[in-house]
Amino acid sequence: MAQMKFMCDAERCIECNGCVTACKNANEVEWGVQRRRVVTLNDGESDEVSISVACMHCDDAPCMAVCPTDCFYKTDDGIVLHDKDLCIGCGYCLYACPFGAPQFPKQNAFGERGKMDKCTFCAGGPADSKEEEYEKYGANRIAEGKLPLCAEMCSTKALLAGDAQTIADIFRQRVVQRGHEDGAWSGNARADADNLAYDAAQEG
Amino acid sequence: MTVSTPWRLVVRRLSLIAVLLMAGLLLSQLTVAQSDPDKEAGFAVPAVDADIWRQVRSGDTGPNYRDSRADSNYNLVNASGETWRQWRNQWVSPYGLIVLGGMLAMIAIFYVIFGRKALDEPRTGRKLLRWTVLDRSLHWSVATLFLVLAVTGLNLLYGKFVFKPLFGDALWASMISGSKLLHNYLGPIFSILLIIVLAKFLKHNLPKKHDWEWFKKGGGLIGKGHVDAGFANGGEKVWYWLLASVGLLVIASGFVLDFPNYGQARDTMQWANLLHAVAALGLTAVAFGHIYIGTLGTEGSIEGMSTGYVDETWAKEHHNLWYEEVKDSARDETELASENVQRHPPDNPATDRPG
Ligand code: SF4
Ligand code: SF4
Repeated sequence: MAQMKFMCDAERCIECNGCVTACKNANEVEWGVQRRRVVTLNDGESDEVSISVACMHCDDAPCMAVCPTDCFYKTDDGIVLHDKDLCIGCGYCLYACPFGAPQFPKQNAFGERGKMDKCTFCAGGPADSKEEEYEKYGANRIAEGKLPLCAEMCSTKALLAGDAQTIADIFRQRVVQRGHEDGAWSGNARADADNLAYDAAQEG
Repeated sequence: MTVSTPWRLVVRRLSLIAVLLMAGLLLSQLTVAQSDPDKEAGFAVPAVDADIWRQVRSGDTGPNYRDSRADSNYNLVNASGETWRQWRNQWVSPYGLIVLGGMLAMIAIFYVIFGRKALDEPRTGRKLLRWTVLDRSLHWSVATLFLVLAVTGLNLLYGKFVFKPLFGDALWASMISGSKLLHNYLGPIFSILLIIVLAKFLKHNLPKKHDWEWFKKGGGLIGKGHVDAGFANGGEKVWYWLLASVGLLVIASGFVLDFPNYGQARDTMQWANLLHAVAALGLTAVAFGHIYIGTLGTEGSIEGMSTGYVDETWAKEHHNLWYEEVKDSARDETELASENVQRHPPDNPATDRPG
């Protein structure tokens, strides 16, 4: 069985937030909830790096282990989903999650959390009808044989989604190709003069 | 070899990025990613070096950290999440059960071996007022809330292992959401009442010299001897001061968890959660003891908290110093009973019927 994973290639991410927008649009998530976020470290410095993060669908998921209602489950594809009918908004999954993925709509009195919402890998969630599923969890693109929209829309293909083995292969391939003398554009006449791998931030 | 230093640096950087970015992917694949180091060394990596990675892990975001999510105060990685999970799941949950179960077992064994502590002398039939109506209402309100909070709290910690498989999702959903609502809304009411009770009973619970003797003699719980005690004995004072310390800790940490809208950080709530669970489980275990001693364990104690009055004999044997203070106010039980009847005449069904 496939093990679905996200991977963000920080060498490519240009912090355009296209993934964030795509997710918001595909899933029509509640106001105030943003399932995917882009984190930039050392913004404006020479070692600036950006990474797109959402739920990573952990193998040994901490959220699953601490939820007092036991509302999480893992699909055969390794996607971590949860049942909003069971969720009580206690926030424990947020305390445990390494990536700050769970979010809570603020809709109740006294700051009480609403039902938890997080990235579903565009795989929907438990519901009686398609409409209810969309309403509660957003798109189920996996059921249609499609990958999550964030990764599909990523303009630089920094964000990859899919079977762990496949995306690892793609990443490996990139690492091998990256920094090739002609920037992997074989046949580029200006390769020597205009080295695409040249980085002004590094000396030499 | 002069290239060795930058080369190693690049590989190290790469592996660090890879650990982050390929979260969940197998490490063996990462080593493959580094399999052609000469090529890797050829390009510059404007990326996460060891220092930045350490900074991410430490939770310190720095001035040039950006997060595209509105209001997000989260670092890239929640460094303490896994620690919290381990503490809660590997320590608090199992040891909580052991402490509660151990306490129940100890009480049961104690009861089997020593039995109920009966009054040594026959009752005199003369009664002393021990708890006023207000005292009793406060006690029973706090006691009821304590029990509801304990039961719902235990359900939040252990319920999923028992009731979810037993009852199925539909019933479990209402059970657990009911538990959360009761716990979160009754908690603040309990807090206010407990503080009132603590203030009201403070004067009885100030430590005295004879309390020390009381402890040395084990409270006279076993055997025949009687130990000096005022209105509250040493054991009651310990319970009082536990509530006044650990109880207040439970309350304070409870408020941190109950109102997440004041911007308290995720880390603060992790700590609050652990403190809350440990302190509350401990108090629940001690409460088992309190309940046992107040009901099954000692003859005549429950009368005080239910009717307000205790028998002279009980007072003499358990609270001799207090008895000396108030013995002149003792009243005959028949006299009290007739007074009660006058104040609350029994319903007469014949005249109650309408029309
Ligand atoms: S919500 Fe967090 S802990 Fe749970 S699977 Fe997603 S990333 Fe992992
Ligand atoms: S907020 Fe919901 S999903 Fe998260 S741990 Fe609590 S009950 Fe489970």
